[in-house]
Amino acid sequence: MKPPAIELRGICKAFGPVQANRDISLAVQAGTIHGIIGENGAGKSTLMSILYGFYRADKGEIRIHGKPCAIGDSQAAIRAGIGMVFQHFKLVENFSVLENIVLGAEDGRLLRSSLARARRELRQLEQEYGLSVNPDAPIESLSVGHQQRVEILKALYRRADILILDEPTGVLTPAEADQLFRILDRLRSEGKSIVLITHKLREIIDYTQTVSVMRQGRMVATLPTAETNPEQLAEQMVGRKVLLRLEKKPATAGPVVLEVEDLRVVDDKGVERLKGIDLKVHAGEILGIAGVAGNGQSELLQVLGGYASATGSVRMNGVSLPLSGAGADGQARRGAGIAHVPEDRQREGLVMNFTAWENTIFGYQRAPDICPGPLMNNGVIIRAAQQMMQHFDVRPLNHGLSARHFSGGNQQKIALARELDRSPELLLVGQPTRGVDIGAIEFIHQRLIALRDQGKGILLVSVELEEILSLADRVVVMFDGRIMGERLTAQTNEQDLGLLMAGVGEGGP
Amino acid sequence: MEKMPKWADVVLIPLMSLLLAVALSALVILFIGENPLAAFSLMVDGALMRSAGWGYTLYYATNFMFTGLAVAVAFQARLFNIGGEGQAMLGGVGVALACLYLPWPHWSLAVAGSAGVAALCGAAWAAVPAVLQARRGSHIVITTIMFNFIAAALLNYLLVNRLRPAGSMDPATAQFPQATHLPTFQDMFSTAQSVWFRGAPANVTFFLALMACVLVWLLIWRTRLGYEIRAFGESQTAARYAGISAFKITLIAMLISGALAGMMALNTTMGESERLILNFTEGAGFIGIAVALMGRSHPFGVFLAAILFGFLYQGGAELALWTTIPRELIVVIQALVILFTGALDHMVRAPLERLFLALSRGRG
Repeated sequence: MKPPAIELRGICKAFGPVQANRDISLAVQAGTIHGIIGENGAGKSTLMSILYGFYRADKGEIRIHGKPCAIGDSQAAIRAGIGMVFQHFKLVENFSVLENIVLGAEDGRLLRSSLARARRELRQLEQEYGLSVNPDAPIESLSVGHQQRVEILKALYRRADILILDEPTGVLTPAEADQLFRILDRLRSEGKSIVLITHKLREIIDYTQTVSVMRQGRMVATLPTAETNPEQLAEQMVGRKVLLRLEKKPATAGPVVLEVEDLRVVDDKGVERLKGIDLKVHAGEILGIAGVAGNGQSELLQVLGGYASATGSVRMNGVSLPLSGAGADGQARRGAGIAHVPEDRQREGLVMNFTAWENTIFGYQRAPDICPGPLMNNGVIIRAAQQMMQHFDVRPLNHGLSARHFSGGNQQKIALARELDRSPELLLVGQPTRGVDIGAIEFIHQRLIALRDQGKGILLVSVELEEILSLADRVVVMFDGRIMGERLTAQTNEQDLGLLMAGVGEGGP
Repeated sequence: MEKMPKWADVVLIPLMSLLLAVALSALVILFIGENPLAAFSLMVDGALMRSAGWGYTLYYATNFMFTGLAVAVAFQARLFNIGGEGQAMLGGVGVALACLYLPWPHWSLAVAGSAGVAALCGAAWAAVPAVLQARRGSHIVITTIMFNFIAAALLNYLLVNRLRPAGSMDPATAQFPQATHLPTFQDMFSTAQSVWFRGAPANVTFFLALMACVLVWLLIWRTRLGYEIRAFGESQTAARYAGISAFKITLIAMLISGALAGMMALNTTMGESERLILNFTEGAGFIGIAVALMGRSHPFGVFLAAILFGFLYQGGAELALWTTIPRELIVVIQALVILFTGALDHMVRAPLERLFLALSRGRG
């Protein structure tokens, strides 16, 4: 039998007091897609960084195609035939595709011959694997999906036969993700070995041959994918039973809370991003907004949250809200009873260098209970923060830690706790579980449903169809700044919504 | 997990940078043929061992506290105000006008009134770059430095053509009236038996500077405005989400910054020369940048760094007086301190972080 493409034996790695990898052994067979799943902080990225030469293992052995191999730096990893596609791409934005591919692998002092050779090989790779990219396009002009292709091409150009992909679909639209997996399958069938790191169970089930589960730095299981199921994997990841299907009562929708009519937004470049949106959110219901990212959902949230100007009309409990100029800011919106958990918690929802307790009042710093006189009521704020963090099971339970030291899921819990604490009439929430691990997803979903059951309105924007289908009571689909159609969640499915998301439907132009 | 304890970040790193700067300076002194140990003991002797030396050290430190706080407040909003020099010049004009043209019954009222006028003038000078930044996106570094030149020209014009008493050859205003003269440390602390701080220029303004440190600390860390300034400085996108107006914060942070820089003129103009002269800022506006950098934009750090730079200034004057070491060497030492605390911060930080990591691993 052929030796495994990668074999790890007894890998240990510690960062100070934190044991990131404990005695990990793993064999990745040649010509397979091998999935590695685990929650954030389970040690997946550390393990792959060791394999790619970024970190040195404290103990253990690496064998590539059966041969012991000391990987001291990334150059050594590349020589061993390992290519890595990072979650955050390592591309020079204003260089062309070709220049990026050659970067660091030039033949000599002059570029011309390297570029010519790269152009030839690129054409060959394109024919072999169906990876088409315009070699002369600057990176910044490419979509995220195509940028990722460039990363894969970079690895193949360096003669990689083992590809490691770290959370490759985190930034992709569903359609782009499908394309990626078609490419990966083609690479596999040509004999390449692929390691896929992800926390999305569906990708594992649909595309891998073998799956390994990591939890708290240990490798807890390695199974043939065909012999497992999502429930079993989730349980092994989290270490306890997880509800993948949400239990919820049917909604009892009340009066209209939010009414949007003919909402239009034109961006800085003069492009119309919202082309006349009409929608209503009732008390006690969750309205889901589905759609491929970039079809106007972000702009809709920003306008409703008070930080982008628009024309049209937005009424909150019958009262008209200003959409530009004075009075159209986040403070006025909060005053009107609208809370907002933004799509991008690291850039918007939280101040990453503020402590957790400072973040629990972010946006509400002008409320009289928080700042009654000239000075802020720090004692009261900290006590409230401790309670909030306890109720939302934020870990570690340390209000003095800055936000950047919490995991994605715990950051999201802090933002959510803050917005729910003021019991708003309407909650705007964007991508509530992006980059959040399974245990926290379950918790966040339950909180949103509890808020709905208290009779509040929720407007949920998500690019995860599964999330929309399990949370929302009613769904509208956005495409190109318009609403393509509306469905009751109980009477629709992924295929139906998928068509609307692709711009095929009754509301189309 | 934090990489190292906070005290190491706040105290140890500036201290190590300082030691490195001192070591390099010692080499420079050796190179020009003097004894660095003797030079150092001369500096300490002249600046710290007698009350008069302290009187000078604290006098300089007062200037640096005001200009350092000015830079620190603006930097909390990530605005790099390097126009402290010009704002201080305008503050001086304000002090002169207040002292010369308003009848003050007592120095305490005079210093309060002049502080108000100086703050107003300094803030007004910072307002134009602030509005240009907030409305037009003109970079504050460029505009504030241009305003330094305009302020210098304006001060020159006012002193030569407007405020100079008839018949005087000196580009300076007339002496301020007796009622506006501020008590010096010598007036305040000397007893019948012994004279303290003899002839030193340190005066009551030092306590105003201390008050300013406390007030700025309260503003930044305890008030809503300070919270919003810090939030805006840390993340403009998050501030937008929270409904914090970029225009308002930019303007307010710069106004406060300009006001603090302007008040620096109280010390030199009212407290020392008792008239407005050319070059009364003595470059304190620029030293303020180094002070804020070294003090990590925290009022307490600014206080410590201001004392240190006061010591360097006074010690440097002593060196120039008693040795062949030119006064410019002090500028070299200051430059080295700035280089190590600012630009080469990582050089000191990285090995220290590794050290603390190794220590914590040893324990855990």
